[in-house]
Amino acid sequence: MSNPVRLIKIKEDIQADNDALAQGLRDELRQRRTFLINLMSSPGAGKTSLLLQTTAALKNSLRMAVIEADIDSTVDAQTIVSSGIEAVQLQTDGFCHLDVQMVRQGLASLDIDALDLIFIENVGNLVCPAEFDTGAELDVMILSVPEGDDKPLKYPLMFSKCDALIVNKIDYLETPLTNFSMDAMENRVRKLNPGIQIFPVSCRTGEGIREWVGWLAGKVAAEKV
Amino acid sequence: MHELPVTEKILDIALKHAAANGATKIYSITLRVGGLTDLEDKWLQHYFDYLSRDTIADGAKLIIINAGIRLRCSACKTIIETTKENLQDQKCPHCNATHDLTILSGREYFIEEMMAQ
Repeated sequence: MSNPVRLIKIKEDIQADNDALAQGLRDELRQRRTFLINLMSSPGAGKTSLLLQTTAALKNSLRMAVIEADIDSTVDAQTIVSSGIEAVQLQTDGFCHLDVQMVRQGLASLDIDALDLIFIENVGNLVCPAEFDTGAELDVMILSVPEGDDKPLKYPLMFSKCDALIVNKIDYLETPLTNFSMDAMENRVRKLNPGIQIFPVSCRTGEGIREWVGWLAGKVAAEKV
Repeated sequence: MHELPVTEKILDIALKHAAANGATKIYSITLRVGGLTDLEDKWLQHYFDYLSRDTIADGAKLIIINAGIRLRCSACKTIIETTKENLQDQKCPHCNATHDLTILSGREYFIEEMMAQ
């Protein structure tokens, strides 16, 4: 006699495994006093430019490295290495985001204890990286002015989960090329995430970089205590 | 876009529970998905059909329940149910607050149950 068709209760969270691994990685890196930060944005918003500005500003005070995620290229890693910062290239083979296992692969190529700050340059999109915890201490996203002030309406999850938002390419605001409203954007973001830190910057002119770097350095220093 | 890794997890979890319950055929799997996630139901089923070939879940139907988004008003603590479309214009129905509505849920991918034999 065969088994009857029946309802089996599962009640299991698909993200539970990755979430547990992420918490494990966070705990480990806290003990080892190495700060991991996850940088997310659309393609072309300025992740690599921001990394170049940020590492240049901090390289006399912190030991840093970058984990680069790209679907299938090494262009960004080469740019970072040319600036004198160690970079590990992860090719995600078509994967649209990084999970903890992939981040660990990148960390395996780095001497973690000899580093103060490691950046993850996540895959360029505003959907998938928002849904997977990488194990980073901070989630930071970049929105660039040409993308428009309506992006918080389209990608609420990303804006709701980040600790800081960098608004890049603010030099466009002084031109007739955009009708981006900083106030409208900020209102929309704060609706989703009242406590988020917002840093308007231009990686091209360097405006605003000092405020962002100061805040980041403070976060890293707090972890070291 | 990330339907493939999500689908792999669904299949793994379903097969694990089937084995634990002595089931030899899975007919349907019910998921509860938060309103903040960006998942295409059609692609989820498509990937599932592909990944589940040669398993006891071959042919199983994914039943997806949209769980919406749950907020809490920081001012008066009222719990509010909303959707992605209404999120920006959402007000607290109790005190009319338009800001400081904390997102409580909407990010989840939860496997509720399955029909199996």
